[in-house]
Amino acid sequence: MSKILVIAEHLGDKLNSSTARAVSAAAAVKPDTIDVLVLSDAPDAIAAEAAKIDGVSRVLTVARPENVHALAAVLAPQIAKAAAGYSHVFVPSTTFGKDVAPRVAALLGVAQVSDVMSVEAAHSFKRPIYAGNAIITVEADANHTVVATIRSASWAAAGNAASSAPIEALAIDNVTLPTHTRFVELKQGSSDRPDLQSAGKVVSGGRGVGSKENFEIIYKFADRIGAAVGASRAAVDAGYVPSEMQVGQTGKIIAPELYMAIGISGAIQHLTGIKDAGTIVAINKDGEAPIFEIADIGLVGDLFKLIPELEQALG
Amino acid sequence: MKILVGYKRVVDYNVRIQVKPDGTGVVTDGVKLSANPFDDIALEEALRLREKGVATEVVVVGIGPADLTAHLRNGLAMGANRAIHVVTADAVQPLTAARVFLKLIEKEQPGLVVLGKQAIDDDANQTGQMLAALWDRPQATFASKVEITDGKATVTREVDAGLEVIEAELPAVITTDLRLNEPRFIKLPDIMKAKSKPIDSIELGSLGVEAHDHLKTTHYAAPAKRSKGVMVKDAAELVAALKQKGLL
Repeated sequence: MSKILVIAEHLGDKLNSSTARAVSAAAAVKPDTIDVLVLSDAPDAIAAEAAKIDGVSRVLTVARPENVHALAAVLAPQIAKAAAGYSHVFVPSTTFGKDVAPRVAALLGVAQVSDVMSVEAAHSFKRPIYAGNAIITVEADANHTVVATIRSASWAAAGNAASSAPIEALAIDNVTLPTHTRFVELKQGSSDRPDLQSAGKVVSGGRGVGSKENFEIIYKFADRIGAAVGASRAAVDAGYVPSEMQVGQTGKIIAPELYMAIGISGAIQHLTGIKDAGTIVAINKDGEAPIFEIADIGLVGDLFKLIPELEQALG
Repeated sequence: MKILVGYKRVVDYNVRIQVKPDGTGVVTDGVKLSANPFDDIALEEALRLREKGVATEVVVVGIGPADLTAHLRNGLAMGANRAIHVVTADAVQPLTAARVFLKLIEKEQPGLVVLGKQAIDDDANQTGQMLAALWDRPQATFASKVEITDGKATVTREVDAGLEVIEAELPAVITTDLRLNEPRFIKLPDIMKAKSKPIDSIELGSLGVEAHDHLKTTHYAAPAKRSKGVMVKDAAELVAALKQKGLL
Protein backbone atom coordinates (compact mmCIF):
# COMPACT_ATOMS: atom_id res chain seq x y z
CA MET A 1 0.00 0.00 0.00
CA SER A 2 1.04 3.57 -0.53
CA LYS A 3 2.77 5.76 2.03
CA ILE A 4 3.43 9.26 0.84
CA LEU A 5 5.95 11.79 2.11
CA VAL A 6 5.11 15.37 1.13
CA ILE A 7 7.95 17.87 1.43
CA ALA A 8 6.75 21.15 2.94
CA GLU A 9 7.72 24.35 1.19
CA HIS A 10 8.17 27.39 3.36
CA LEU A 11 9.82 30.76 3.33
CA GLY A 12 11.07 31.71 6.77
CA ASP A 13 8.41 30.48 9.20
CA LYS A 14 5.52 30.69 6.71
CA LEU A 15 4.19 27.54 5.10
CA ASN A 16 3.60 27.97 1.35
CA SER A 17 0.14 27.02 0.06
CA SER A 18 1.82 24.81 -2.55
CA THR A 19 2.26 22.30 0.30
CA ALA A 20 -1.50 21.87 0.80
CA ARG A 21 -1.87 21.48 -2.97
CA ALA A 22 0.72 18.69 -2.96
CA VAL A 23 -1.24 17.06 -0.12
CA SER A 24 -4.33 17.10 -2.40
CA ALA A 25 -2.36 15.24 -5.05
CA ALA A 26 -1.14 12.78 -2.42
CA ALA A 27 -4.74 12.17 -1.30
CA ALA A 28 -5.65 11.32 -4.92
CA VAL A 29 -3.33 8.30 -4.69
CA LYS A 30 -5.61 7.06 -1.86
CA PRO A 31 -2.64 6.15 0.32
CA ASP A 32 -2.59 4.65 3.81
CA THR A 33 -0.67 7.60 5.18
CA ILE A 34 0.39 11.09 4.14
CA ASP A 35 3.24 12.49 6.20
CA VAL A 36 4.55 16.01 5.74
CA LEU A 37 8.28 16.66 6.24
CA VAL A 38 9.41 20.09 7.42
CA LEU A 39 13.12 20.87 7.14
CA SER A 40 14.09 24.12 8.84
CA ASP A 41 16.32 25.62 11.51
CA ALA A 42 13.14 26.35 13.48
CA PRO A 43 10.31 24.15 12.18
CA ASP A 44 7.74 24.49 14.99
CA ALA A 45 5.48 27.23 13.57
CA ILE A 46 5.61 25.72 10.06
CA ALA A 47 4.86 22.25 11.40
CA ALA A 48 1.87 23.57 13.36
CA GLU A 49 0.45 25.03 10.13
CA ALA A 50 1.13 21.83 8.17
CA ALA A 51 -0.56 19.75 10.89
CA LYS A 52 -3.83 21.54 10.16
CA ILE A 53 -3.98 20.39 6.53
CA ASP A 54 -6.78 17.88 5.98
CA GLY A 55 -5.57 14.38 5.15
CA VAL A 56 -2.18 14.68 6.84
CA SER A 57 -1.35 11.71 9.11
CA ARG A 58 1.79 13.09 10.77
CA VAL A 59 4.12 16.04 10.47
CA LEU A 60 7.79 15.18 10.77
CA THR A 61 10.32 17.87 11.58
CA VAL A 62 14.05 18.04 11.07
CA ALA A 63 15.51 20.98 12.96
CA ARG A 64 19.08 21.77 11.94
CA PRO A 65 20.85 25.11 11.67
CA GLU A 66 21.99 24.13 8.14
CA ASN A 67 18.32 24.12 7.06
CA VAL A 68 17.87 27.85 7.61
CA HIS A 69 17.85 28.38 3.83
CA ALA A 70 16.41 25.95 1.29
CA LEU A 71 19.62 24.82 -0.43
CA ALA A 72 18.98 21.72 -2.53
CA ALA A 73 22.44 20.28 -1.90
CA VAL A 74 21.83 20.47 1.86
CA LEU A 75 18.19 19.35 1.93
CA ALA A 76 18.32 16.51 -0.62
CA PRO A 77 20.46 14.05 1.40
CA GLN A 78 18.13 14.50 4.39
CA ILE A 79 15.00 13.99 2.28
CA ALA A 80 16.53 10.92 0.62
CA LYS A 81 17.14 9.41 4.08
CA ALA A 82 13.68 10.35 5.30
CA ALA A 83 12.15 8.74 2.19
CA ALA A 84 13.02 5.23 3.40
CA GLY A 85 9.83 3.20 3.75
CA TYR A 86 7.71 5.56 1.64
CA SER A 87 6.26 4.57 -1.72
CA HIS A 88 6.05 8.18 -2.94
CA VAL A 89 7.81 11.50 -2.29
CA PHE A 90 5.77 14.49 -3.49
CA VAL A 91 7.24 17.99 -3.73
CA PRO A 92 5.48 21.14 -4.97
CA SER A 93 6.50 22.05 -8.52
CA THR A 94 7.68 25.52 -7.59
CA THR A 95 11.23 26.78 -7.97
CA PHE A 96 11.87 25.19 -4.54
CA GLY A 97 10.59 21.76 -5.59
CA LYS A 98 12.04 21.88 -9.09
CA ASP A 99 15.45 22.56 -7.54
CA VAL A 100 15.46 19.92 -4.81
CA ALA A 101 13.29 17.02 -6.06
CA PRO A 102 15.52 15.80 -8.94
CA ARG A 103 18.47 15.85 -6.57
CA VAL A 104 16.51 13.58 -4.21
CA ALA A 105 15.47 11.29 -7.09
CA ALA A 106 19.07 10.91 -8.26
CA LEU A 107 20.25 10.09 -4.72
CA LEU A 108 17.56 7.40 -4.60
CA GLY A 109 18.53 6.24 -8.10
CA VAL A 110 15.01 6.72 -9.44
CA ALA A 111 13.33 8.76 -12.15
CA GLN A 112 11.20 11.78 -11.38
CA VAL A 113 7.73 12.58 -12.64
CA SER A 114 7.66 16.36 -13.16
CA ASP A 115 4.54 18.54 -12.91
CA VAL A 116 1.89 15.99 -12.02
CA MET A 117 -1.51 17.28 -13.24
CA SER A 118 -3.57 14.24 -12.33
CA VAL A 119 -3.19 10.90 -10.62
CA GLU A 120 -4.55 8.02 -12.72
CA ALA A 121 -3.37 5.25 -10.39
CA ALA A 122 -0.72 4.85 -7.70
CA HIS A 123 2.03 4.69 -10.34
CA SER A 124 0.34 6.40 -13.29
CA PHE A 125 0.21 10.16 -13.74
CA LYS A 126 -0.62 12.80 -16.31
CA ARG A 127 1.87 15.60 -16.96
CA PRO A 128 2.35 18.31 -19.59
CA ILE A 129 5.13 18.36 -22.19
CA TYR A 130 5.91 20.82 -25.01
CA ALA A 131 4.76 23.78 -22.89
CA GLY A 132 1.42 22.10 -22.25
CA ASN A 133 0.71 21.42 -25.92
CA ALA A 134 0.60 17.70 -25.21
CA ILE A 135 -0.41 15.83 -22.09
CA ILE A 136 1.23 12.48 -21.49
CA THR A 137 0.34 9.59 -19.23
CA VAL A 138 3.47 8.16 -17.62
CA GLU A 139 3.92 4.99 -15.63
CA ALA A 140 6.55 4.77 -12.96
CA ASP A 141 8.16 1.53 -11.85
CA ALA A 142 6.10 0.15 -8.95
CA ASN A 143 9.24 -1.46 -7.47
CA HIS A 144 10.82 1.91 -6.73
CA THR A 145 9.97 5.04 -4.81
CA VAL A 146 8.09 7.54 -6.96
CA VAL A 147 9.57 11.03 -6.75
CA ALA A 148 7.21 13.57 -8.26
CA THR A 149 6.72 17.31 -8.38
CA ILE A 150 3.12 18.48 -8.16
CA ARG A 151 1.89 21.15 -10.57
CA SER A 152 0.27 23.55 -8.11
CA ALA A 153 -2.19 25.06 -10.62
CA SER A 154 -3.79 21.65 -11.19
CA TRP A 155 -4.65 21.04 -7.54
CA ALA A 156 -6.81 22.93 -5.08
CA ALA A 157 -5.25 23.30 -1.66
CA ALA A 158 -6.44 20.66 0.82
CA GLY A 159 -8.68 22.27 3.45
CA ASN A 160 -8.32 22.45 7.20
CA ALA A 161 -8.62 19.29 9.26
CA ALA A 162 -11.02 19.02 12.20
CA SER A 163 -8.08 18.31 14.48
CA SER A 164 -4.36 18.80 14.02
CA ALA A 165 -2.14 15.87 13.06
CA PRO A 166 0.60 14.86 15.52
CA ILE A 167 4.02 16.48 15.12
CA GLU A 168 7.13 14.38 15.65
CA ALA A 169 10.81 15.23 15.49
CA LEU A 170 12.61 13.01 13.01
CA ALA A 171 16.19 12.00 13.75
CA ILE A 172 18.26 11.73 10.59
CA ASP A 173 21.62 10.24 11.44
CA ASN A 174 24.71 9.48 9.42
CA VAL A 175 24.19 12.21 6.88
CA THR A 176 27.07 14.52 6.13
CA LEU A 177 25.72 17.80 4.84
CA PRO A 178 27.87 19.57 2.26
CA THR A 179 29.25 23.05 2.86
CA HIS A 180 30.16 23.65 -0.79
CA THR A 181 26.97 25.61 -1.47
CA ARG A 182 26.17 28.73 0.54
CA PHE A 183 23.25 31.13 0.69
CA VAL A 184 24.23 34.77 0.20
CA GLU A 185 21.00 36.74 0.01
CA LEU A 186 17.41 36.86 -1.22
CA LYS A 187 16.35 40.04 -3.00
CA GLN A 188 12.63 40.28 -2.59
CA GLY A 189 10.28 42.96 -3.73
CA SER A 190 8.20 44.02 -0.75
CA SER A 191 4.51 44.09 -1.52
CA ASP A 192 1.29 44.21 0.44
CA ARG A 193 -0.56 42.78 -2.53
CA PRO A 194 -1.90 39.21 -2.60
CA ASP A 195 0.60 36.48 -3.46
CA LEU A 196 0.65 35.88 -7.21
CA GLN A 197 0.70 32.09 -6.94
CA SER A 198 -2.26 31.70 -4.63
CA ALA A 199 -4.38 34.80 -5.38
CA GLY A 200 -7.98 34.38 -6.50
CA LYS A 201 -7.67 37.33 -8.84
CA VAL A 202 -4.67 38.33 -10.92
CA VAL A 203 -4.19 41.37 -13.16
CA SER A 204 -1.22 41.09 -15.53
CA GLY A 205 0.36 43.68 -17.79
CA GLY A 206 2.41 43.12 -20.90
CA ARG A 207 4.51 44.98 -23.40
CA GLY A 208 1.48 47.09 -24.27
CA VAL A 209 1.79 48.86 -20.93
CA GLY A 210 4.88 50.52 -22.38
CA SER A 211 7.06 51.44 -19.38
CA LYS A 212 7.84 50.92 -15.74
CA GLU A 213 6.06 54.18 -14.92
CA ASN A 214 2.97 53.20 -16.90
CA PHE A 215 2.76 49.97 -14.93
CA GLU A 216 1.34 52.05 -12.07
CA ILE A 217 -2.01 51.94 -13.86
CA ILE A 218 -1.94 48.11 -13.58
CA TYR A 219 -1.01 48.20 -9.87
CA LYS A 220 -3.71 50.76 -9.15
CA PHE A 221 -6.40 48.76 -10.91
CA ALA A 222 -5.27 45.51 -9.23
CA ASP A 223 -5.44 47.19 -5.82
CA ARG A 224 -8.92 48.42 -6.63
CA ILE A 225 -10.23 44.86 -7.16
CA GLY A 226 -7.93 43.19 -4.59
CA ALA A 227 -5.87 41.31 -7.16
CA ALA A 228 -2.28 40.16 -7.32
CA VAL A 229 -0.16 41.62 -10.12
CA GLY A 230 1.62 39.57 -12.78
CA ALA A 231 3.34 40.29 -16.06
CA SER A 232 4.31 38.73 -19.37
CA ARG A 233 7.88 37.82 -20.17
CA ALA A 234 8.07 40.79 -22.54
CA ALA A 235 7.24 43.17 -19.68
CA VAL A 236 9.87 41.58 -17.44
CA ASP A 237 12.52 41.55 -20.17
CA ALA A 238 11.78 45.22 -20.87
CA GLY A 239 12.44 45.99 -17.20
CA TYR A 240 8.92 47.20 -16.36
CA VAL A 241 8.65 44.78 -13.42
CA PRO A 242 10.87 42.29 -11.52
CA SER A 243 11.26 38.68 -12.68
CA GLU A 244 9.24 37.13 -9.86
CA MET A 245 6.14 38.64 -11.47
CA GLN A 246 6.50 36.66 -14.68
CA VAL A 247 3.57 34.43 -15.55
CA GLY A 248 4.08 31.68 -18.12
CA GLN A 249 5.90 28.49 -18.98
CA THR A 250 9.18 29.59 -17.46
CA GLY A 251 7.66 31.89 -14.87
CA LYS A 252 4.77 31.14 -12.59
CA ILE A 253 1.98 28.80 -13.64
CA ILE A 254 -1.18 29.99 -11.95
CA ALA A 255 -4.87 29.16 -11.73
CA PRO A 256 -6.75 32.13 -10.25
CA GLU A 257 -10.54 32.39 -10.50
CA LEU A 258 -10.13 35.59 -12.50
CA TYR A 259 -7.16 36.41 -14.74
CA MET A 260 -7.06 39.74 -16.55
CA ALA A 261 -4.42 40.05 -19.28
CA ILE A 262 -3.92 43.69 -20.13
CA GLY A 263 -1.73 44.70 -23.07
CA ILE A 264 -0.54 41.09 -23.41
CA SER A 265 -0.56 39.63 -26.92
CA GLY A 266 -0.55 36.06 -25.62
CA ALA A 267 2.54 34.15 -26.70
CA ILE A 268 2.07 30.40 -26.31
CA GLN A 269 4.52 30.41 -23.39
CA HIS A 270 2.32 32.92 -21.56
CA LEU A 271 -0.89 31.02 -22.29
CA THR A 272 0.71 27.90 -20.79
CA GLY A 273 0.91 29.71 -17.48
CA ILE A 274 -2.76 30.71 -17.31
CA LYS A 275 -4.85 28.09 -19.04
CA ASP A 276 -6.16 26.65 -15.78
CA ALA A 277 -7.57 30.02 -14.72
CA GLY A 278 -11.34 30.11 -14.09
CA THR A 279 -12.17 33.13 -16.23
CA ILE A 280 -9.66 34.81 -18.52
CA VAL A 281 -10.27 38.41 -19.55
CA ALA A 282 -8.18 39.97 -22.32
CA ILE A 283 -7.84 43.67 -22.98
CA ASN A 284 -5.73 44.51 -26.01
CA LYS A 285 -5.79 47.11 -28.74
CA ASP A 286 -5.05 44.44 -31.37
CA GLY A 287 -8.24 42.46 -31.98
CA GLU A 288 -6.16 39.77 -33.74
CA ALA A 289 -3.91 39.11 -30.72
CA PRO A 290 -3.67 35.39 -29.84
CA ILE A 291 -4.76 36.11 -26.27
CA PHE A 292 -8.34 36.46 -27.57
CA GLU A 293 -8.27 32.82 -28.73
CA ILE A 294 -8.32 31.58 -25.15
CA ALA A 295 -10.00 34.50 -23.40
CA ASP A 296 -13.50 33.96 -21.99
CA ILE A 297 -14.21 37.66 -22.30
CA GLY A 298 -12.38 39.96 -24.68
CA LEU A 299 -12.37 43.72 -24.99
CA VAL A 300 -10.55 45.47 -27.81
CA GLY A 301 -9.25 48.95 -27.13
CA ASP A 302 -6.60 51.22 -25.61
CA LEU A 303 -5.81 50.10 -22.09
CA PHE A 304 -5.02 53.64 -20.95
CA LYS A 305 -8.55 54.66 -21.86
CA LEU A 306 -10.26 51.43 -20.79
CA ILE A 307 -8.76 51.00 -17.31
CA PRO A 308 -10.07 54.34 -16.01
CA GLU A 309 -13.42 53.46 -17.55
CA LEU A 310 -13.36 50.08 -15.78
CA GLU A 311 -12.62 51.83 -12.48
CA GLN A 312 -15.50 54.17 -13.10
CA ALA A 313 -17.84 51.30 -13.99
CA LEU A 314 -16.92 49.58 -10.73
CA GLY A 315 -18.61 52.50 -9.00
CA MET B 1 39.30 25.72 -16.76
CA LYS B 2 37.24 23.54 -19.04
CA ILE B 3 33.45 23.95 -19.34
CA LEU B 4 31.10 21.19 -20.46
CA VAL B 5 27.86 22.40 -22.02
CA GLY B 6 24.77 20.25 -22.62
CA TYR B 7 23.46 20.89 -26.13
CA LYS B 8 20.19 19.14 -26.83
CA ARG B 9 18.30 19.13 -30.12
CA VAL B 10 14.56 19.65 -29.80
CA VAL B 11 11.53 20.52 -31.92
CA ASP B 12 11.91 24.23 -32.74
CA TYR B 13 10.03 26.47 -30.30
CA ASN B 14 8.01 28.05 -33.14
CA VAL B 15 6.53 24.74 -34.24
CA ARG B 16 2.91 24.18 -33.27
CA ILE B 17 2.95 20.75 -31.66
CA GLN B 18 0.40 18.24 -32.98
CA VAL B 19 -0.47 15.09 -31.08
CA LYS B 20 -0.90 12.02 -33.30
CA PRO B 21 -4.58 10.99 -33.47
CA ASP B 22 -3.77 7.49 -32.16
CA GLY B 23 -2.12 8.91 -29.03
CA THR B 24 1.26 7.30 -29.65
CA GLY B 25 3.31 10.47 -29.78
CA VAL B 26 3.60 13.94 -31.26
CA VAL B 27 4.21 14.57 -34.94
CA THR B 28 7.95 15.01 -35.52
CA ASP B 29 8.25 13.96 -39.16
CA GLY B 30 9.42 16.88 -41.26
CA VAL B 31 9.28 19.21 -38.29
CA LYS B 32 12.04 21.79 -37.83
CA LEU B 33 14.56 20.87 -35.14
CA SER B 34 16.76 23.40 -33.32
CA ALA B 35 18.95 23.71 -30.28
CA ASN B 36 17.04 23.82 -27.02
CA PRO B 37 16.85 27.59 -26.34
CA PHE B 38 18.08 27.18 -22.76
CA ASP B 39 21.10 25.26 -24.10
CA ASP B 40 21.95 28.10 -26.48
CA ILE B 41 21.98 30.33 -23.41
CA ALA B 42 24.21 27.80 -21.61
CA LEU B 43 26.65 27.75 -24.52
CA GLU B 44 26.64 31.54 -24.77
CA GLU B 45 27.48 31.85 -21.07
CA ALA B 46 30.34 29.37 -21.40
CA LEU B 47 31.71 31.26 -24.42
CA ARG B 48 31.57 34.55 -22.51
CA LEU B 49 33.49 32.97 -19.63
CA ARG B 50 36.13 31.84 -22.11
CA GLU B 51 36.26 35.30 -23.68
CA LYS B 52 36.78 36.80 -20.20
CA GLY B 53 39.67 34.40 -19.67
CA VAL B 54 37.90 32.47 -16.93
CA ALA B 55 37.66 29.35 -19.07
CA THR B 56 40.11 28.00 -21.62
CA GLU B 57 37.99 25.42 -23.40
CA VAL B 58 34.28 24.95 -24.09
CA VAL B 59 33.04 21.47 -25.01
CA VAL B 60 29.48 20.90 -26.22
CA VAL B 61 27.89 17.55 -25.49
CA GLY B 62 24.98 15.98 -27.36
CA ILE B 63 23.27 12.64 -26.78
CA GLY B 64 21.37 11.25 -29.75
CA PRO B 65 21.32 9.43 -33.08
CA ALA B 66 23.97 9.53 -35.81
CA ASP B 67 22.53 12.62 -37.51
CA LEU B 68 23.03 14.72 -34.38
CA THR B 69 26.45 15.78 -35.72
CA ALA B 70 24.89 18.54 -37.85
CA HIS B 71 23.36 20.01 -34.72
CA LEU B 72 26.67 19.77 -32.84
CA ARG B 73 28.33 21.63 -35.74
CA ASN B 74 26.03 24.55 -34.93
CA GLY B 75 27.40 24.54 -31.38
CA LEU B 76 30.92 24.53 -32.80
CA ALA B 77 30.01 27.35 -35.19
CA MET B 78 28.70 29.37 -32.25
CA GLY B 79 32.17 29.03 -30.77
CA ALA B 80 32.68 25.80 -28.83
CA ASN B 81 36.19 24.34 -29.17
CA ARG B 82 35.04 20.77 -29.71
CA ALA B 83 32.06 18.48 -29.36
CA ILE B 84 31.32 15.10 -27.83
CA HIS B 85 28.59 13.06 -29.47
CA VAL B 86 27.22 10.28 -27.29
CA VAL B 87 25.57 8.07 -29.86
CA THR B 88 22.29 6.31 -29.19
CA ALA B 89 19.21 5.68 -31.26
CA ASP B 90 17.03 5.62 -28.13
CA ALA B 91 15.39 8.60 -26.48
CA VAL B 92 17.26 9.33 -23.28
CA GLN B 93 15.54 10.24 -20.02
CA PRO B 94 17.02 12.75 -17.54
CA LEU B 95 18.50 10.21 -15.12
CA THR B 96 20.28 8.47 -17.99
CA ALA B 97 21.49 11.80 -19.35
CA ALA B 98 22.85 12.69 -15.91
CA ARG B 99 24.68 9.35 -15.71
CA VAL B 100 26.18 9.96 -19.17
CA PHE B 101 27.39 13.41 -18.12
CA LEU B 102 28.93 11.95 -14.97
CA LYS B 103 30.96 9.52 -17.10
CA LEU B 104 32.12 12.36 -19.33
CA ILE B 105 33.03 14.44 -16.29
CA GLU B 106 35.23 11.64 -14.97
CA LYS B 107 37.10 11.72 -18.27
CA GLU B 108 37.13 15.45 -18.98
CA GLN B 109 37.48 16.88 -15.44
CA PRO B 110 35.66 20.16 -16.16
CA GLY B 111 35.60 23.01 -13.67
CA LEU B 112 32.04 23.85 -14.61
CA VAL B 113 29.09 22.17 -16.29
CA VAL B 114 26.44 24.47 -17.76
CA LEU B 115 23.09 23.04 -18.82
CA GLY B 116 19.74 24.53 -19.77
CA LYS B 117 17.28 24.50 -16.88
CA GLN B 118 14.91 22.42 -18.97
CA ALA B 119 14.48 21.17 -22.51
CA ILE B 120 11.39 22.52 -24.23
CA ASP B 121 10.31 19.08 -25.44
CA ASP B 122 9.92 17.01 -22.26
CA ASP B 123 9.97 20.06 -19.93
CA ALA B 124 11.43 17.80 -17.24
CA ASN B 125 13.81 20.27 -15.56
CA GLN B 126 15.84 17.50 -13.93
CA THR B 127 19.16 16.68 -15.61
CA GLY B 128 21.33 19.37 -14.00
CA GLN B 129 20.06 18.67 -10.50
CA MET B 130 20.44 14.91 -10.97
CA LEU B 131 23.95 15.32 -12.29
CA ALA B 132 24.94 17.52 -9.35
CA ALA B 133 23.61 14.86 -6.95
CA LEU B 134 25.45 11.98 -8.66
CA TRP B 135 28.63 14.09 -8.85
CA ASP B 136 28.17 15.22 -5.23
CA ARG B 137 28.85 18.82 -6.25
CA PRO B 138 26.93 22.13 -5.93
CA GLN B 139 24.02 23.03 -8.19
CA ALA B 140 22.97 26.55 -9.05
CA THR B 141 19.72 26.24 -10.97
CA PHE B 142 17.70 28.87 -12.88
CA ALA B 143 20.69 31.22 -13.15
CA SER B 144 20.17 34.78 -14.35
CA LYS B 145 23.69 35.98 -13.46
CA VAL B 146 26.97 34.13 -13.05
CA GLU B 147 30.28 35.41 -11.71
CA ILE B 148 33.34 33.20 -11.30
CA THR B 149 36.06 34.28 -8.89
CA ASP B 150 38.59 32.47 -6.68
CA GLY B 151 37.36 28.99 -7.43
CA LYS B 152 33.73 29.72 -6.75
CA ALA B 153 30.66 30.74 -8.69
CA THR B 154 28.37 33.45 -7.37
CA VAL B 155 25.05 32.82 -9.02
CA THR B 156 21.85 34.85 -9.01
CA ARG B 157 18.88 32.52 -9.30
CA GLU B 158 15.35 33.39 -10.42
CA VAL B 159 13.15 31.90 -7.70
CA ASP B 160 9.46 32.38 -6.92
CA ALA B 161 10.18 34.80 -4.09
CA GLY B 162 12.55 37.01 -6.10
CA LEU B 163 16.26 36.76 -6.83
CA GLU B 164 18.36 34.46 -4.69
CA VAL B 165 22.14 34.71 -4.65
CA ILE B 166 24.20 31.65 -3.75
CA GLU B 167 27.87 30.78 -3.73
CA ALA B 168 29.00 27.44 -5.12
CA GLU B 169 32.51 26.06 -4.90
CA LEU B 170 33.82 24.76 -8.21
CA PRO B 171 33.43 22.34 -9.82
CA ALA B 172 29.70 22.85 -9.98
CA VAL B 173 26.63 22.51 -12.18
CA ILE B 174 24.81 25.64 -13.33
CA THR B 175 21.45 25.55 -15.12
CA THR B 176 20.39 28.58 -17.14
CA ASP B 177 17.28 30.70 -17.08
CA LEU B 178 16.10 32.93 -19.91
CA ARG B 179 17.51 36.22 -18.72
CA LEU B 180 21.09 35.04 -18.22
CA ASN B 181 22.15 36.32 -21.64
CA GLU B 182 21.16 36.70 -25.28
CA PRO B 183 22.87 34.07 -27.41
CA ARG B 184 24.92 35.31 -30.37
CA PHE B 185 23.96 34.54 -33.94
CA ILE B 186 26.07 32.16 -35.95
CA LYS B 187 27.99 33.88 -38.78
CA LEU B 188 28.77 32.22 -42.08
CA PRO B 189 32.60 32.20 -41.68
CA ASP B 190 32.10 30.48 -38.32
CA ILE B 191 30.11 27.71 -40.01
CA MET B 192 33.09 27.16 -42.33
CA LYS B 193 35.52 27.16 -39.39
CA ALA B 194 33.35 24.70 -37.47
CA LYS B 195 33.83 22.09 -40.17
CA SER B 196 37.40 21.52 -39.05
CA LYS B 197 36.63 21.37 -35.34
CA PRO B 198 36.68 17.89 -33.78
CA ILE B 199 33.60 15.87 -32.82
CA ASP B 200 34.35 12.78 -30.71
CA SER B 201 31.75 10.06 -31.10
CA ILE B 202 31.22 7.63 -28.24
CA GLU B 203 28.63 4.86 -28.19
CA LEU B 204 26.39 5.30 -25.16
CA GLY B 205 26.76 1.62 -24.27
CA SER B 206 30.56 1.94 -24.17
CA LEU B 207 30.25 4.42 -21.28
CA GLY B 208 28.75 1.69 -19.12
CA VAL B 209 25.42 3.49 -18.96
CA GLU B 210 22.18 1.79 -19.89
CA ALA B 211 19.50 3.81 -21.71
CA HIS B 212 16.86 2.50 -19.35
CA ASP B 213 13.28 3.76 -19.64
CA HIS B 214 12.62 4.60 -16.04
CA LEU B 215 9.26 6.08 -16.92
CA LYS B 216 7.03 4.61 -19.59
CA THR B 217 4.85 6.99 -21.55
CA THR B 218 1.65 5.11 -22.28
CA HIS B 219 -0.44 7.79 -23.95
CA TYR B 220 -0.23 11.23 -25.57
CA ALA B 221 -3.23 13.54 -25.69
CA ALA B 222 -3.94 17.05 -26.88
CA PRO B 223 -4.66 19.44 -24.01
CA ALA B 224 -8.25 20.24 -23.09
CA LYS B 225 -9.42 23.23 -25.11
CA ARG B 226 -11.02 26.23 -23.49
CA SER B 227 -14.43 26.99 -24.94
CA LYS B 228 -14.77 29.98 -27.23
CA GLY B 229 -15.26 33.22 -25.37
CA VAL B 230 -17.31 36.33 -26.01
CA MET B 231 -16.31 39.86 -26.93
CA VAL B 232 -17.75 42.81 -25.04
CA LYS B 233 -17.99 46.30 -26.49
CA ASP B 234 -16.96 48.50 -23.59
CA ALA B 235 -15.75 48.73 -20.00
CA ALA B 236 -19.25 48.87 -18.52
CA GLU B 237 -20.26 45.67 -20.27
CA LEU B 238 -17.09 43.92 -19.05
CA VAL B 239 -17.68 44.94 -15.44
CA ALA B 240 -21.31 43.80 -15.70
CA ALA B 241 -20.25 40.42 -17.10
CA LEU B 242 -17.71 39.90 -14.31
CA LYS B 243 -20.22 40.96 -11.65
CA GLN B 244 -22.71 38.51 -13.06
CA LYS B 245 -20.15 35.72 -12.69
CA GLY B 246 -19.56 36.84 -9.10
CA LEU B 247 -15.92 37.68 -9.87
CA LEU B 248 -16.07 41.35 -8.91
